[in-house]
Amino acid sequence: MNLILFIFIVLLGFTSYYFGRRKAYTIQSTNKRLTALPQFYGYYLAIWCAIPAFIIFSLWAIFEPTIVKLLILSDYSNQGYLDDELNLIYEKTKALSRGQFTGEITPFIEASAEKYLSLRSIAQSSKAVIVLSIIIASVAYAYKKISSNSRTREPVEKFLKAVLFTASLAAILTTVGIVFSLIFQTIDFFKVIPLFDFVFGTHWYPAKAFVRDSSEALDPTMYSDTFGAVPIFAGTFFIAFIAMCVAIPIGLMSGIYLAEYASVKVRQYAKPLIEILAGIPTVVYGFFAALTVGPFLKEIGNSMGLDVSAESALAAGGVMGIMIIPFISSLSDDVITSVPQSLRDGSYAMGATKSETIKKVIFPAALPGIVGSILLGVSRAIGETMIVVMASGLAANLTLNPLESTSTITAQIVVILIGDQAFGDPKTQAAFALGMSLFLVTLCLNIVALRVVKKYREKYE
Amino acid sequence: MNKNKEQLLNKRYKAEKRFRLYGQGAIFMALLFLTIFIFKIFSTGYSAFQKTWLIVPVTFDAELMMLEQNPSKEDLKDADYYDIALKSMADLDPNANEDQENELKRMVSYFFEREIKRELLNDPSLIGKTKDVYLTASDDLDQVFKGNYPRDLPEDQRRVTDYQLKIFDQLVELGKVESKFNLSFFTYPDSREAELAGIASSFMGSIFSILVCLMIAFPVAVLAAIYLEEFAPKNRFTDFIEVNINNLAAVPSIVFGLLGLGILLAVFQLPRSTPLVGGITLSLMTLPTIIIACRASLKAVPPSIREAALAMGASKMQTTMHHTVPLSMPGTLSGTIIGLAQALGETAPLILIGMVAFVNTIPGSPLDPAASLPVQIYIWAESAERGFVEKVSACIMVLLGFLIIMNLFAQIIRHKFEKKWS
Repeated sequence: MNLILFIFIVLLGFTSYYFGRRKAYTIQSTNKRLTALPQFYGYYLAIWCAIPAFIIFSLWAIFEPTIVKLLILSDYSNQGYLDDELNLIYEKTKALSRGQFTGEITPFIEASAEKYLSLRSIAQSSKAVIVLSIIIASVAYAYKKISSNSRTREPVEKFLKAVLFTASLAAILTTVGIVFSLIFQTIDFFKVIPLFDFVFGTHWYPAKAFVRDSSEALDPTMYSDTFGAVPIFAGTFFIAFIAMCVAIPIGLMSGIYLAEYASVKVRQYAKPLIEILAGIPTVVYGFFAALTVGPFLKEIGNSMGLDVSAESALAAGGVMGIMIIPFISSLSDDVITSVPQSLRDGSYAMGATKSETIKKVIFPAALPGIVGSILLGVSRAIGETMIVVMASGLAANLTLNPLESTSTITAQIVVILIGDQAFGDPKTQAAFALGMSLFLVTLCLNIVALRVVKKYREKYE
Repeated sequence: MNKNKEQLLNKRYKAEKRFRLYGQGAIFMALLFLTIFIFKIFSTGYSAFQKTWLIVPVTFDAELMMLEQNPSKEDLKDADYYDIALKSMADLDPNANEDQENELKRMVSYFFEREIKRELLNDPSLIGKTKDVYLTASDDLDQVFKGNYPRDLPEDQRRVTDYQLKIFDQLVELGKVESKFNLSFFTYPDSREAELAGIASSFMGSIFSILVCLMIAFPVAVLAAIYLEEFAPKNRFTDFIEVNINNLAAVPSIVFGLLGLGILLAVFQLPRSTPLVGGITLSLMTLPTIIIACRASLKAVPPSIREAALAMGASKMQTTMHHTVPLSMPGTLSGTIIGLAQALGETAPLILIGMVAFVNTIPGSPLDPAASLPVQIYIWAESAERGFVEKVSACIMVLLGFLIIMNLFAQIIRHKFEKKWS
């Protein structure tokens, strides 16, 4: 039904385009001067035909279920049901009306199901009628405007500009969506677990909260010492640190080499090859780390008499470092190439060698940009998920030994949220709280990094 | 004094050489990682494209199949194939006792009944006759045949028994074991049994997600980029939008997964585990990438084009839509493809919205539960069975193949169609 109506509106929109254009030609044939190109008459009519109809259509789609639900549940309003029970009744009613209900059918629910069906059919037909009458009214209005040869280009262009503007709001909406999806669960979480315990507690055993029987009342003492996020934060920064230990020297040196030493030919081949590393999906790195690097490190460690976990932080961090190399190398390459040639020439003129020029002149000049690129790399390391989930441990140990396993924010989010989640469970909320802290940390890093890089660009432009 | 100077100079030259060597070393390391990586994936994965078959003589005994005389096509479909399937496996060793018959049965996949049925449906005249039928070998024997399974382990530590190995070796000697191209890897959905697991379900899931992502992200991103580059006034609000876009481009992907879970699933009640939700989540992620690429290519269109159009009396909107935007399309399209390639490789947000569910049917629309290729890699990588290791690598090869094709395509569009303004 909805689909038919939708297609109908689209078809009407297209036909009104042709009608509008033809009207323009007939006006033209009476030797009157048109106020815009003929197609604008068409667009004008089409917009007036389709847009009001679509607005009504989508408003209806949003509000219809809620109104129907209210009407159905009004029958039960004075029988003292709880909200959850009312929701359940509504779900049963819907299932029964679709013929998919398998449980016990009470006469009450059967009556509701019938009412539901009749309400739905009333709603559907009234929707069709209202949409059609809106179309007729708005097309009539627009057609009269066209016939009197009033301006059409300006309104059409204004409309297009409004559409463009709305599209550009998508980025803001996404950010708002992220904040909203995180903030409510996080606030609920901190109602049960004090913020202090979360930020400074050193024990993280979310599984303990899961054993709870759902019929039991929430008992805050049960969760004390369960959601202390220090081991998680420490593990996250520790693995990111290991990653940067791999990525900074290799990435920076290859960036410098590509920018200053490499011949055109080497640059032409080496740069895209290194950038392939950035295009490999992280799940592939994760598999590589878990299957190859982890056992390899374990074997080496065992042969040296060290006790290495197969899921060591070193394996995850090292592979993550490989992943970040291309970010640092290409960003620092860009930054170094944008240092003005005059600085180099001045240094050479004083008799400095190339490496001395790089170390003493170019590197300090490019430092803000390089720091920015490293910060972006750190933010990526902190937010990286799949490598850690697959190659590092899932138990949160508070350790600084790279040969042991640790866990990170992202890995814990995945561990908690994989499978079915019950919203309202402190364990699920903990994942959102972790997500919130991840979002805030990376946001700060990104803002600082982007600002530093921007300032640097302005300096040499 | 002079000697000192020379020493100093030598030292400086040596430092220069060393520094240069560090640079070369760094590049070498990066490329070495890449090579090891690709070599490792290919060397473990190529064998998954071969599948081991046991050739077993099957007697299509009408009585055992509960068939009457002159059965119709329907009868053949409903017939009982389990007994003849069991019997033909048991007949491999006439002296087998009951336990051993069980072991014989487990030498092939649990699809053996279906494979025998297909053979008869193709040629109904086989009733009463005996024919060699190709049956999928169990994944452990498959690994044994490919040489990936250590045979010298003690029996209680491996999943193939000595007896199974003995019969298998006899079959190999008789030439009754064959390795053929593994078509079912591409046509079968996921399965708990490694020998029957294929990528068809996750492949379709990926395709649907990417299509949804393209249909949402591309129009919105292009429109937004046009507004920001051509129409937006220079004010605080525009700056705010720009800061937002740049930040979104660097937000960790898992946060978008939380967005999908908290808003799309919990608030809008969209169906879990579906490519529709996956695609919407991915589209929010690719949005900034496409916006940034589109703005860059709009910026690259020289102002003279705009001025010429305006001078001919075109309105600002006409100039943009008829001249600037078409000229910027190659850059936008290649940016879009690169953004989609990123989305194709994304795993974490899809896991959070439930696309890790075990799906053993091939999805027919974006509203059916599905996995995606990277998620399939994750699922298989977490499985303990040996047979899945090569499947993971093979799946990675397929995924990398797609990414390479998409990136090449983006390059070609950029080089072939982009106008060089100079």
